[in-house]
Amino acid sequence: MKLITAILKPFKLDDVKNALQAHGINGMTVSEASGFGRQKGHTEVYRGAEYTVDLVPKVRLEVLVDDSEANSVVDVIVKAASTGSIGDGKVWTTPVDQIVRVRTGERGVDAI
Amino acid sequence: MEATVLNSGDTAWMLASTALVLLMTPGLAFFYGGMVRTKSVLNMMMMSMVTIGIVSILWVIYGFELAFGYKGNSPWFGSFSLSGLGSQVNAFTNNGGVYPIPLLVFAAFQLMFAIITPALISGAIADRTKFTAWAIFVAIWTTIVYFPVAHWVFAFGNKVGDKTTGTGYLAGKGLEDFAGGTAVHINAGAAGLALAIILGKRVGWRKEAMRPHSLPLVLLGSGLLWFGWFGFNAGSALAANGLAGLAFMNTQVATAGALIGWILVEKIRNGHATSLGAASGAVAGLVAITPACAFVAPWAAVVIGFIAGILCSLAVGMKYKFGFDDSLDVVGVHLVGGIWGSLAIGFFGTHVVNSVGIDGLFYGGGSALLGKQALGVGMVAGYSFIVTLILGFSIEKTIGFRIPRDAEIEGIDLSEHAETAYEMTSSSRGGAF
Repeated sequence: MKLITAILKPFKLDDVKNALQAHGINGMTVSEASGFGRQKGHTEVYRGAEYTVDLVPKVRLEVLVDDSEANSVVDVIVKAASTGSIGDGKVWTTPVDQIVRVRTGERGVDAI
Repeated sequence: MEATVLNSGDTAWMLASTALVLLMTPGLAFFYGGMVRTKSVLNMMMMSMVTIGIVSILWVIYGFELAFGYKGNSPWFGSFSLSGLGSQVNAFTNNGGVYPIPLLVFAAFQLMFAIITPALISGAIADRTKFTAWAIFVAIWTTIVYFPVAHWVFAFGNKVGDKTTGTGYLAGKGLEDFAGGTAVHINAGAAGLALAIILGKRVGWRKEAMRPHSLPLVLLGSGLLWFGWFGFNAGSALAANGLAGLAFMNTQVATAGALIGWILVEKIRNGHATSLGAASGAVAGLVAITPACAFVAPWAAVVIGFIAGILCSLAVGMKYKFGFDDSLDVVGVHLVGGIWGSLAIGFFGTHVVNSVGIDGLFYGGGSALLGKQALGVGMVAGYSFIVTLILGFSIEKTIGFRIPRDAEIEGIDLSEHAETAYEMTSSSRGGAF
């Protein structure tokens, strides 16, 4: 089992979510995030005083999948999230030892 | 002498004006509150709110007499006696002449000026002031600075027949300050500078970003201030007449000019016209036209406002050069704007718009009026700055004026008021009774 984590441009979230649902993914977790990579922040001016804001707002999307699906789901996310410009984000996968569905107690792949 | 008959039109306008001026202080709380960070917005607003409470009580006990009492017949302060307003219910206003409005309406109107002046100072010392120290400061400062200075500027004396007693020093000298450029704005601005020096810089000043947490609140506040300022300026005519109309129109167009002036500077210097600049420019214009609003023609009001917008937008950068943390620019807006507006009368003043007005330099009146204006500016700024410095130092050395460093970093709302302004997320606020 794999945890897929994607850092996305906030306005691409709906596209990615719809693409994942169309691909048969039935659950995900989304949270607000901020950070920077190659895309630097911006400058804001208040009464003439300039502030550099270097953390850019992003969303973090997390999906649990079976090993066999991991690559195709990553492809779906990358395709839907891409605009071709700096700041599109990153997607990575992490091995997962155990998953439990809280309501039923199901474990492993059944709990995805 | 004919008996004075109450004028219900004038009285109605003055009652409305009084309520308008009160609204400026909660408006100021929004204006300032939006400019600080989320962790100190409540304290910022509470500094204005507690001022309403304290000054109102002082006023009805002795403040009104100390500012406007004539029995002492002194140019420096009114009477050292209780205000005793309860026995004055049927009295008319007598301030350099009898006005057909109740004395209590005049007293209430002037109270609102006494409230907003110390509230204005609070912007200079945002995020770091011990609340009890602020409350004590407000009570003492209002007593030894505002009430006497209001007497110097606003007390035209008790006129009975040909005799007038108890005229304030600057009023007697012929200072033209229609609604408080000196007594309110220069007074508050100079005091703000003194306190910013006494309290010192905020933790992290010039190192970390101290961005306004809510510009919509700032804009709301500037709107309320603008609205209330019509009572402040046009109400200072003490009548619903042509002079009030002039003050009203000048207030509008000077503010418009300053708004444009400020954002023009920003557009040219920084590339963007900002909402904070528009709100700040409006307030700078309101400040600058306050003393001049019934002494200049509307075209001159536009010019005074426009220059105020440019001047104040440049003046707010001074604190970085000189290294004092006047957090919300009380000096750059109220002191600088107040000085400019007060001196501008010396250039643009004309008797054409106001029969008791004197011609300034541009109307062939010479420099006599400018000299009087400069005297008023210098005396009020000097007195306020020095007395505030001594008072601030005394409070700092006795009970302390600042909250501890850790509390300031954690946020003053929590340490001084045990409250937080915003529920930022649903998961971060556990707890039980």
